[in-house]
Amino acid sequence: MMIEDEEIDLLLSDIFEVYGYDFANYSKASLKRRIIRLVVLDKFPSFAELRYRVCTDEDYLKRFIEEITVNVTEMFRDPSFYKMLRSQIVPILGTKPFIRIWHAGCSTGEEVFSMAILLQEANLLKKSLLYATDLNPSVLEKVRRGIFPLNQMKQYSENYIASGGTKDFSTYYTANYGQAKLNEDLSEKIIISTHNLVSDSSFNEFDLILCRNVLIYFDKNLQERALKLFDDSLGPLGFLALGSKETLKFSSIQARFKQLDKEKIWKKLI
Amino acid sequence: MEEANLKHRFKTVIIGGSAGSLTVLFDVLPTLDPHLKTSIILVLHRKNSGDSSLSELLSSKTVLPVKEIDDKDPVLSGNIYLAPADYHVLIEKNYFFSLDVSEKINFSRPSLDVTFESAADAFGTSLTAILLSGSNNDGTAGLKAVQEAGGMIIVQKPETANMAYMPQHAINNLSVNHILDPKEISRFINSLG
Repeated sequence: MMIEDEEIDLLLSDIFEVYGYDFANYSKASLKRRIIRLVVLDKFPSFAELRYRVCTDEDYLKRFIEEITVNVTEMFRDPSFYKMLRSQIVPILGTKPFIRIWHAGCSTGEEVFSMAILLQEANLLKKSLLYATDLNPSVLEKVRRGIFPLNQMKQYSENYIASGGTKDFSTYYTANYGQAKLNEDLSEKIIISTHNLVSDSSFNEFDLILCRNVLIYFDKNLQERALKLFDDSLGPLGFLALGSKETLKFSSIQARFKQLDKEKIWKKLI
Repeated sequence: MEEANLKHRFKTVIIGGSAGSLTVLFDVLPTLDPHLKTSIILVLHRKNSGDSSLSELLSSKTVLPVKEIDDKDPVLSGNIYLAPADYHVLIEKNYFFSLDVSEKINFSRPSLDVTFESAADAFGTSLTAILLSGSNNDGTAGLKAVQEAGGMIIVQKPETANMAYMPQHAINNLSVNHILDPKEISRFINSLG
């Protein structure tokens, strides 16, 4: 299926006009691939018919957003990153009276629950709040339920152990009919809300912001906007964590941050 | 963006490989012209270990700079780029890389098809795609896209491949421009300047 870039631009401007979602500064290559994939998956005879459906059927728009945004995530993704969070960042957070953490673009929440486990193991969960935000309400519903496919737990357990976890990972969930329901106490401090990094502003001050493998779907201008938003939302000496191939380099906020070691964690200097 | 206005004066070669492709690269990389202007992008199926030792290993085989790709790195002349483990690599029209962690394609991330198809769209006729040894279907659909966009497609001679399946699969399904052994692959890349 060949789709011209101009057609994509038309669709995106339609979506902005009808629904207010602005994808204009998303990475074009990735977005185009996702849209072509959806045209094939949902068997649209032409691109024009996809465009018509998206503009006239609000329920289909939900599916569109769900499918063109990438929601692949896992618990304790990049174990060495979580090892550093566990050994170096969490103890620093523990010295504060309250801990506020923001998972921006949290998708289905696997990394939010990983963080909750780290905090619980350090006896800090009770004085923490974990804000889980995404632009997509359907993925947030999954965070709310805290239920994940059981067949992924083996991988998550391996990640957990590689990140320095010493408990039996299966004590964190109840298995039932092929699903793993994470323990209720892990959800108690998670606050779920929609938030769009393209258009929404800062809503609180945080000690740690995690936004991993979200900026890769943005062009440089939108990356810059999101990074400024994180800078505005971090308290003094707060931490910013990005995905393993994302960077603050070349952004205007770089000078105010210092990268810690090799992992993609930066400390705000002022 | 202003980068889009810059004339892209060098060619790009994408080399895709799976099982058995590393030994080919160990033959090819040391014989590349140290003044090569062509940009080379390596997309290899590799273990999802996240460590960057593969780029160091490849780096030891050539004087050309080898870099594991970070998101939004520019595609520069005379550089060799390596797709990071567990990310798809796409190329923007303004010659920047974009990374993507969406679903595996052909059981692979990085997938050769994803990069070939995206690069076909971005580079068109200035692209050459080379498919090496492997035991998977990945790459054939991508080569087709490269050819349709006016690029050149080359496949490793299956008799010289540790795993002949992947190059043979492309040969059976496409009319490839060249079928080359590793020495000829080096010569071809050097001829691009």
